[in-house]
Amino acid sequence: MNNLVNEINDKFKKQYSKVNNRIVICGGTGCIAGGSMQVYKAFQEEYKKRGLDYCVEITDSCREKSTYISKSGCQGFCAQGPLVSVGDIFYTKVKPEDVEEIVERTVLKGEVVERLLYVNPVDGEHCKTLNDIPFYKKQHRILLADCGKINPEDINEYIGHGGYFGLKKALEVGPEAVIAEMKQSGLRGRGGGGFPVWLKWDLTRKPQSKEKYMICNGDEGDPGAYMDRSLLEGNPHSVVEGMIIAGFAIGASRGLFYIRAEYPLAIERVQKAIDACYKTGILGKNIMGSGFDYDLEIRYGAGAFVCGEETALIASIEGNRGTPRPKPPFPATKGLWGKPTAINNVETLANVPYIMTKGGKWYSEMGSGKSTGTKVFAMTGKAKNTGLIEVPMGITIREVVYDIGGGPLKGDEVKAVQTGGPSGGVIDPKHFDMPITYESLQEIGSIMGSGGLIVMDETDCMVDIAKFYLEFCVDESCGKCAPCRIGGYQLLSILNKITNGTAKEGDLDKLEQISKAMQKASLCALGQTAPNPVLSTIKFFRDEYEAHIKEKRCPTGKCTQLVSYSIGSGCIGCGACKRACPVGAISGEPRSKHSIDPKKCIKCGQCFNVCKFNAVKKG
Amino acid sequence: MSQETTAAAELRAIINKWKDVEGSLVMMLHSVQDKLGYVPRETAMVISKETGIPLAKIYEVLTFYHFFKLNPPAKCQIAVCTGTACYLKGAPELLKEIEKCTGVKEGESSPDGKYSVAGLRCIGCCGLSPVISINGKIHGQVKPSQIKAILAEAEKAEVSHE
Repeated sequence: MNNLVNEINDKFKKQYSKVNNRIVICGGTGCIAGGSMQVYKAFQEEYKKRGLDYCVEITDSCREKSTYISKSGCQGFCAQGPLVSVGDIFYTKVKPEDVEEIVERTVLKGEVVERLLYVNPVDGEHCKTLNDIPFYKKQHRILLADCGKINPEDINEYIGHGGYFGLKKALEVGPEAVIAEMKQSGLRGRGGGGFPVWLKWDLTRKPQSKEKYMICNGDEGDPGAYMDRSLLEGNPHSVVEGMIIAGFAIGASRGLFYIRAEYPLAIERVQKAIDACYKTGILGKNIMGSGFDYDLEIRYGAGAFVCGEETALIASIEGNRGTPRPKPPFPATKGLWGKPTAINNVETLANVPYIMTKGGKWYSEMGSGKSTGTKVFAMTGKAKNTGLIEVPMGITIREVVYDIGGGPLKGDEVKAVQTGGPSGGVIDPKHFDMPITYESLQEIGSIMGSGGLIVMDETDCMVDIAKFYLEFCVDESCGKCAPCRIGGYQLLSILNKITNGTAKEGDLDKLEQISKAMQKASLCALGQTAPNPVLSTIKFFRDEYEAHIKEKRCPTGKCTQLVSYSIGSGCIGCGACKRACPVGAISGEPRSKHSIDPKKCIKCGQCFNVCKFNAVKKG
Repeated sequence: MSQETTAAAELRAIINKWKDVEGSLVMMLHSVQDKLGYVPRETAMVISKETGIPLAKIYEVLTFYHFFKLNPPAKCQIAVCTGTACYLKGAPELLKEIEKCTGVKEGESSPDGKYSVAGLRCIGCCGLSPVISINGKIHGQVKPSQIKAILAEAEKAEVSHE
């Protein structure tokens, strides 16, 4: 073993000590879409204009007392982007026009630009640093902390922060000890299944084979989830390091990343990370002088949700249609090109280096019961604060939604939370105090999933939600097995009938019967879990289904075909609705109450949208 | 060199790069689409001839994956994210408004090749929902009332690009 990483680490620290200030501009997808790269350029131009020293990369040429202007990966608070921090001070919604003032006041005079601070919507307080913001307070950021700090395109900075020391340790202690460390940590698959990582590695290590493969599943297809994307873009080296350690543990000589083609930035950053590793001597022959040879490459996904299933993913890498096959044989014995293969999800692998450096015991002390460590969630939908969060396992849904998320966007109550995407289910408020673990979520009919967490409020119709997810699964079903292909289609047509008012009594029972058949008989997890959104919404919101079927009424007004509009008290006769109605269904004299002819009404909702006096009622 | 021969040379380079790599059909098709914006039938036939992969197998793969396009892209490619977060926050209303402005429905293109409108699975910007992307540029927290202006801006960018 050589001291490659120690040398780079020392060198980086020496170079970094010359810098006396740091400005970090978030380079996550959300912030880039909001214009953060223009802000990044504006900072450099402002420094040039004022003749101040700065560097955009830590090298020998950084001058004493200069400012390091750097990009970072996703910092999580996407809805408030672009995010910029100067030292500890944390600014939100920064535009290029704000840069001059930030440099003038914060960089040069040490003052705070109040108007760019985040204001807590609950108490109106201005939050000066990241840790003052409620969104960050209850989080336990390990993976995401480095993601929002390290320049994702600089291997030296990653090593300077302790990166690749986990790999060094792994190479020193040997594969069995690595697997033992994983066993002690209790790390389980973060893709949703929760299979123990050590066991998967051990099963793949055992068979005798000249060739073995390690695969990273980066085919994040769950709509409403972007944890893996953020990690691949924000801290690609942590996933690459995890891939090398995993490959070493199972005895592979080659690893493959399978990344969605829809994530071009993730592909670009991982490729850069791989190239930098080869250049440094962390990939290729005789890594760090240990005698271990290992190669990494990227294969692209092409937009098929089913390819998240491991046997389908393998088929796709082999250049075929991504359809699953029956198991056993499991990939651990017969995987890619018929050789033993281990497949882990992006977030799982990103955890591995931390476990190797800090120890399995440290990791196992976080979390609850059999669910150890932290979990990254993408909290979206109708919460006040949305974005990427990392919380310890065992935290309650209420803490996540109300403390971190700040509660519902409008109104007082969150109606439901959905986890696990199209394979998961909804959770009603009665269960919000339940701790989040693999087991507890499964018990109530949802799953941990890859980390989508969608907050829904009173305007969201649960039948419509079930239909939305089912449409997705029907569209994504590969068609190989009948229960998924036909069952999904039938479920969807019944849900369509329920939302357009043609359903009959007894249809609910049919939904449940077909769902159970799909769960039992489908070939892969896509079909087995596709009914989850239907069953869980029926379980917790049966009355809503019954209102649709028996009373032909959608309580939220979302199902347009079941809605009827009427004009109630409050109408002052302004005539706005009458002018907006495309079919002339509204009549009434100016300054007197108007009315809608239900026979003519096409339920387009224009009158409801234009009324300024809330006089048009939907029901 | 005429244009066609350059294209042919590029295609040959792509085929040569991946020809002997195991299971590389998907990667080869990605490279072609990256260059041309879609996979033309003639190209698929050349790949089949050069690699010995049956044309039926190539089309099996092309039609299985959503990402591959069989027709040339429109000048103004509008994609509306219909992932869960965007759906809840008004993606269906955006699709309606876009149809009103361009006359093009989800999943279709205008006959003159000017617009194409697609519903897109999550593009990972859920914090900015609802999101639309026009020729790859992402617009976040879009309201139906902004669609007209966004389209006009995209058209202007397209003209200056030419």
